Amino acid sequence: MIRYSLKRLLSLCLSLAVASVVIFSVIEIAPGDPASFMLGINAQPDTVAALRSELGLDQSKLQRYLTWIGGMLSGDFGTSYTYRTPVSEMIADRLWVSLPLALYALALSTLIAFPAGIYAAARRGKPGDMAVMGATQLGVAIPNFWFAMLLVLVFAINLRWFSAGGFAGWEGGLGTGLKSLTLPAIALALPQAAILARVMRSALLDILGEDFMRTARAKGLSRRQALWRHGLRNALIPVLTIIGLQFSFLLAGAIIIEQVFYLPGLGRLVFQAISSRDLIVVESVVMLLVFAVITVNFLVDLAYALVDPRLRSRT
Amino acid sequence: MSFRSILFAAGSALALSTAAAWAKDSVTVGMQLEPPHLDPTSAAAGAIDQVLYSNVFEGLTRFMGDGSVVPGLAKSWDISADGLTYTFHLNEGVTFHDGTTMDAEDVKFSLDRARAEDSTNAQKALFADIAEVTVVDPMTVQLTLSKPNGNMLFNLAWGDAVIVAPESIADIKTAPVGTGAFKFAGWVQGDRIDLEKNPDYWGTPAMLEKATFKFISDPTAAFAAMMAEDLDAFAGFPAPENLPQFEADPRFQVLVGSTEGETILSTNNKQAPFDNVKVREALAHAIDRQAIIDGAMFGYGTPIGTHFAPHNPAYVDLTGQSAFDPDKAKALLAEAGLPDGFETTLHLPPPSYARRGGEIIAAQLANVGIKAEIINVEWAQWLETVFRGKTFGLTIVSHTEPMDIGIYARPEYYFQYDNAAFQALMTDLNGTTDPDQRTAMLQQAQKIIADDYVNGYLFQLAALSVAKADLQGLWANAPTQATDLTAVSWAK
Repeated sequence: MIRYSLKRLLSLCLSLAVASVVIFSVIEIAPGDPASFMLGINAQPDTVAALRSELGLDQSKLQRYLTWIGGMLSGDFGTSYTYRTPVSEMIADRLWVSLPLALYALALSTLIAFPAGIYAAARRGKPGDMAVMGATQLGVAIPNFWFAMLLVLVFAINLRWFSAGGFAGWEGGLGTGLKSLTLPAIALALPQAAILARVMRSALLDILGEDFMRTARAKGLSRRQALWRHGLRNALIPVLTIIGLQFSFLLAGAIIIEQVFYLPGLGRLVFQAISSRDLIVVESVVMLLVFAVITVNFLVDLAYALVDPRLRSRT
Repeated sequence: MSFRSILFAAGSALALSTAAAWAKDSVTVGMQLEPPHLDPTSAAAGAIDQVLYSNVFEGLTRFMGDGSVVPGLAKSWDISADGLTYTFHLNEGVTFHDGTTMDAEDVKFSLDRARAEDSTNAQKALFADIAEVTVVDPMTVQLTLSKPNGNMLFNLAWGDAVIVAPESIADIKTAPVGTGAFKFAGWVQGDRIDLEKNPDYWGTPAMLEKATFKFISDPTAAFAAMMAEDLDAFAGFPAPENLPQFEADPRFQVLVGSTEGETILSTNNKQAPFDNVKVREALAHAIDRQAIIDGAMFGYGTPIGTHFAPHNPAYVDLTGQSAFDPDKAKALLAEAGLPDGFETTLHLPPPSYARRGGEIIAAQLANVGIKAEIINVEWAQWLETVFRGKTFGLTIVSHTEPMDIGIYARPEYYFQYDNAAFQALMTDLNGTTDPDQRTAMLQQAQKIIADDYVNGYLFQLAALSVAKADLQGLWANAPTQATDLTAVSWAK
């Protein structure tokens, strides 16, 4: 188990190092200068030069890469070119929206998907299964931003139960904060739940045909008991993989939903920063997201080993 | 407690709550773009002025909603006969939001900072003719110019020329300190900026206690937020196609005004075949302006025939000179030796006037044989390749700076128009202060660039705002990018 974990940890560090070089070069190669973007079309060349030196953009690329990486390792993400506030503070502020939203959506999606998937697998081929499969087919097909607009139309504009968007903040209490994240979380969760339910169902069905399941039945367990005691745990590996992927997606990929609900989350920060060529913010946030994705994958790898003891000895 | 007193108490509680509901004294205004930071004197971003101009920061002079320039922090001024010395008399009793007094030293500091060598003022050219700023006494400040500049009072009204407190400079980008009727109260980045009434304001106090600006970039989300009444107003509403819906709804009013944005089909005057005036004239006749306004802006916008705002008294209507006439365009192309047309590029920045307008223009140009390849770019990319690199054939952009016909006197400016006569005229104009003479010169300037067909002049961008029906005092026009809330109130 320890060797397995160390190996995974080493590959995590390597991936991060490679990612940092790729991110920095790709973002630096993209055309557009942050200083001339900020000063617009009437600025004089000497003004642009003055701002470039104020921002440290007149240094060489290698120097800037080393400053950036060195800063990151010591926890200093630098200062945003446009906002002029520390990037770490900006990211922390946005994480207070993005992280709860991702967790909220993941919780909803799991809460819907597990029962639905198990129910469908237990009733394979029966009307209940068909209904669940039909519903999930629809869920996979519906784009989440369209579903989000539909939610706004019904619950914000017509029923007035929720506001059409924005984030009320956590200062007003957990309830107010959660309330403003509810519509976005539902919009994010439903398509994810549909995918997860289908994976859950097929994983369970695969397991149901295994020898050990027949043995369990032969020992006298009912179909349902066998499913709960032996099937579920073994079906969890593909499901965990999907959950890991979904969490990364929810954290980084909520950008469209954040636009629709104008939430001040990480996705919108990256979007704004890219269009204003706030390179340091883009680099740091993307790096952070890569870090999050790789870490989640690492944790999922560890979780495999917990769920499946065979993995501990094999590697 | 008797039944009557309970009834009375209940009744007065009801009356109180009704009164509270009536006396609404705050407003939430939506905007599409969020300011990158809060220093109007060191960035070009219109969003900064949109929040802070006149609300938080004021200059010596200021723009009114109709575009006129009136006294601001300076209550009056004297201009010497040679036009080289401006003496400003400041208003008494003006304090910054941090409690310090605003006096001539602060004015000197602000103007010197804007024109300094290492200044990062995006409109540094506004101050180029100032040779010296002198403090005469605490309430009097004198500007000495190196050459006469008839635009000086106008230049000082810009958001880039506002008076800032010297001790606040270090934090101005996140905690601006001004002299306005509102003071800055907080910024949740990515979400909103809060302003609150300045109780010590030197002029007419604001009628609102609180104002919040919310940033919603997605047009569909903007529409939903207005419809759900999360917002009281939206300045610069991004979805003109939804405006009829607001017009039909008694809860809302739609404000349609004018802006300083001349939307033009910018043409690279140094690139063949656009270096031939006949080709540029052909372009002008190939474009159906009304079709572009209808198709791209849903009918909002005024056709123009030169680079000048139609609401300006000095405007000359030259649209007839470049009337839609595809046959004439084809004939002109043939005359220029290009009977089969030619190929070029059309760079389109993100705003919908450019992206939607560009598709229509490309189709119209194709009609006369000009094949324009559409290249969609982001602003940063546009600045790099089109504006600085000048590697483009055609592009569509709205020039939103007020009174910017002077850009045609800069041969290195991205459309590269080089006409000595025009440049001389602009130099003369800057030295002229007589209003009638200035008008005549401005009209002549408009005609020169129309005769040379420097760019394809499309339309003046409309200022589109949506607000609750009982909100009054909002600017309909946008003489500068501002959402002046100082006179805004709720109808009783």
